[in-house]
Amino acid sequence: MARKLPRKDVVIIGLGWTGSIIANELCDEGLDVVALERGPWRDTATDFNIGYAPDELRYNSRQELMLRPAQTTVTARNNAGQTALPMRQYGSFHPGNGVGGAGVHWAGITWRFSPADFRLRSHYTERYGAQAIPEDMTIQDWGLTYEDMEPYYDRFEYLAGVSGKAGNLNGRMQEGGNPFEGARKREYPNPPMMQTFGPTLFAETAAKMGYKPFPIPSSLLSRTYTNPLGVTMGQCTFCGFCTNYGCANYSKASAQTTVLPVLMRKPNFELRTLCEVLKVNLDSAGRKATGVTYVDTSGDEFEQPADLVILCAFMLDNVRLMLLSGIGKPYDVRTGTGVVGRNFCYQMANQVVGFFDPAKYNFNNFIGGGATGMAIDELNNDNFDHGPLGFLGGGSTRCAPIGAEPISKRPTPPGSPTWGSGWKKAMRDSYLSNLSVGCEASSYANRGNFLDLDPTYTDRLGRPLMRITFDFPENDVKMSAYVTSKVAEIVRAMGAQQIVEYPRTGPWSTVPYQSTHVVGGTAMGADPSTSVVNPYLQSWDVPNVFTVGANVFPQNSGFNPTGTVGALAFRAADAIRGRYLKSPGPLVHA
Amino acid sequence: MTRIRLAIAAAALLATASSTVHSSARADDQDFALIERGRYVATAADCVACHSLPDGKPYAGGSALQTPFGTLVAPNITPDRETGIGNWTEEDLRRTLREGIGRGGKRLYPAMPYPAYTRMTDDDIRALWTYLRTLEPVSNAVEANQLPFPFNIRLLMAGWNLLNFEPEAFRPDPRKPAEWNRGAYLVQALGHCGTCHTPKTMLGADDTDRALQGANLQAWYAPPITADKRQGIGGWTADQLAAYLKTGANHQSLASGPMAEEIRNSSSKMTDADLKAIATYLLDRTPPDGKAPTALAADDGRMRTGGAVYTDTCMACHGGDGKGQTFLFPTLAGSGVVQADDPTTLIRLVLDGSRAAATNDRPTGPAMPPLGWRLNDADVAAVVTYIRNSWSNAAPPVSADDVAKVRRALAQAN
Repeated sequence: MARKLPRKDVVIIGLGWTGSIIANELCDEGLDVVALERGPWRDTATDFNIGYAPDELRYNSRQELMLRPAQTTVTARNNAGQTALPMRQYGSFHPGNGVGGAGVHWAGITWRFSPADFRLRSHYTERYGAQAIPEDMTIQDWGLTYEDMEPYYDRFEYLAGVSGKAGNLNGRMQEGGNPFEGARKREYPNPPMMQTFGPTLFAETAAKMGYKPFPIPSSLLSRTYTNPLGVTMGQCTFCGFCTNYGCANYSKASAQTTVLPVLMRKPNFELRTLCEVLKVNLDSAGRKATGVTYVDTSGDEFEQPADLVILCAFMLDNVRLMLLSGIGKPYDVRTGTGVVGRNFCYQMANQVVGFFDPAKYNFNNFIGGGATGMAIDELNNDNFDHGPLGFLGGGSTRCAPIGAEPISKRPTPPGSPTWGSGWKKAMRDSYLSNLSVGCEASSYANRGNFLDLDPTYTDRLGRPLMRITFDFPENDVKMSAYVTSKVAEIVRAMGAQQIVEYPRTGPWSTVPYQSTHVVGGTAMGADPSTSVVNPYLQSWDVPNVFTVGANVFPQNSGFNPTGTVGALAFRAADAIRGRYLKSPGPLVHA
Repeated sequence: MTRIRLAIAAAALLATASSTVHSSARADDQDFALIERGRYVATAADCVACHSLPDGKPYAGGSALQTPFGTLVAPNITPDRETGIGNWTEEDLRRTLREGIGRGGKRLYPAMPYPAYTRMTDDDIRALWTYLRTLEPVSNAVEANQLPFPFNIRLLMAGWNLLNFEPEAFRPDPRKPAEWNRGAYLVQALGHCGTCHTPKTMLGADDTDRALQGANLQAWYAPPITADKRQGIGGWTADQLAAYLKTGANHQSLASGPMAEEIRNSSSKMTDADLKAIATYLLDRTPPDGKAPTALAADDGRMRTGGAVYTDTCMACHGGDGKGQTFLFPTLAGSGVVQADDPTTLIRLVLDGSRAAATNDRPTGPAMPPLGWRLNDADVAAVVTYIRNSWSNAAPPVSADDVAKVRRALAQAN
């Protein structure tokens, strides 16, 4: 029997990037806000001591900051004809756990999606005709435009202190920036990161080939910066321990380094850690949320009544909570009807590794960072003519040396011995003279890829696990092969003696890490028959429920998702502050 | 706090209601301005720091204070009749502050800084009294005196006072401007800065000849707050010092430890004019004569070892040039804490880390991580010696024994 607690204005589920941003905004509105976080408190001061923050065994091999499968996991299969089995070790992606969420261990690459992304189906239809979109490709428009998003991208970039170079300022193209980006109102808050040898060589070569290279927009900071909330961040030291790690130097933007110092001081904000929400409670008609039920580490259950419930957990957990709570109609793969769980997408992580002459090239891979490096955008999205190619989409191509972790980095060219002194020699020869160029590419929705509740497997609390049914659609595999071959041309021109191409190919495997860029499942949109939330991220069915996260993406772009997730958080907060509170109810009438 | 505000609001309402009924020769006890002034006096005097538990009700009694003579606990000063000061009169408070003698002739121990508060003006005492009367009475019995025999005999303090204490009013210096004198009053009386920053005699009294010249307590070294450029704050402008007191951070430094507490509870809530006055007074305090030591040679073995430790452990934040990053990582070059003759604070920061003050203006509250678990005494001594003698810094070298001593003191304190 759950103990009923005093009412709050707002309950926020999960205190990562989006939960922190929205909590801070709603506290400024004077609302009484409680955040429920399933994991522990984490802070730079107490948890990311510079003496052990870059401990690869602890944080990479053993994944200390991540969700434990025993806490909760997912089941996975490639298609509806198979039986899904539980992931007993997180591999393909790494959900975070604890305050800051996955935003603690992210790499820091911070894009804006392109204007075409937000009206993807319309865009492709206009350019190539409706027949160019395969029948089973369920890509769709977002229900808003890039211009709607611009002010919120701006707010997130200034919050995080993103370091980069504008390519398009109010329609005027800027030398040295991304020529394909949508118009931005002002420059990035900080100049680009310095570039090491590898990205410099990549950029010079790409420029000679006619590409327009530019610095990767980075939430690892190029200089000391105090954000609009008054929180100060430090200059990145290029230590090379970003992905999988908390930053000891206050250099990587996260909830901890940008929002929490201010939020935690607010008397109308309360955080309860190690409290896992079981479900959102609805009234008898199922049209209004009355609060949430959660369980603490003692196994005691609590009911937290609230006027507004905002799901800000990791995207898989947001979708699962919707399904467990009966919010929105679940997707039925057989009929293609229903919406919750529909349009689950991922990202196509492609890579080309070049092995250079060790006598001539020393890339000094020890110097690095999750978001340092140079990029080109000619191979992304619809920045090239897909007419004759037989696929849609593309990816952002970047040379971003992330560092050289001593345990996991084992670069040897193909044909090298796999053990003994021959292997050691190959390692020694190639350690400093190899370089990767990646292409993080789009993942387009397919009617056979979806999320639902597993019929067999449950978590420790007896709730069905989330079941992922996913494989790389033919379109995305073709796209990957194409962009990877184009990237290989550049690496060859850079002077590599030997090149290994790793285009993403099916079937999707849960084992090797690819990226944590899983998206979709509660798509946003203007049409309730194909979306779960409206363009303000408000549930169509239960208007006092909002959800913010990559789960609202209708499909994935060839960009990393965090910039867009952060912008959407500001936009949802703005809609709640400016519109919902004045007149609680649906913000959009379909 | 909400309750306190309500009480004040209610008091203000009552004041309005009653003022039409009767008049008195005395100022109104419920006068809003007087209560507000009292609250400000309590803030500037930082009463809450000792008289409250970290998460307890404000003014309802504090945590144990370790003195060289034993344990004392700051009592409950809410108006509760049984356990607080509900039965007191204004005169009782006045005598407590002025003479160190509480209600019923009970002699106080100078852990209560009456040697400073003795200089408080009548108006401030009256305002403070008025404010304290508005607090919510909290029932919380506190045994203040937990000293061992013979120190637990309060009458002993009559003798101590005879030797060490003379009740005296604040005497402004007519040759100095009003701002300077306001600063002097805040430093000497309300702020009781000397309680930490003035060296103590064998008997635990302020060594007034060396007022504000730095003192060691509770395994911290409270640095000189005179115009000493090398060991103190003499290199700061009045604005930079005021910014430090207001926000916990300035161009060079970040407050941590007991000073962070002081800033959080007290000076961050004081007016800009008062902080400027404090700065004006302090920066006019002449430091003692003393020659700066010569910096150790860069090829000294300790410097070489220390430099290697610094590169591995400190440089990522504090920089190769010791300049740090403003508002985040303190500047080591030219720092008083770094160059102080007494290296206790610097050593303990390396061993135990610390968290900088977080204020509304500078909410970041960054931390120095503890490193004592991975650096041995010799390493810490070397790196501290290196920091004290690099980038134009100059200070005596630190030995592994010095580090061991601080390590022991920290182990006892924790």
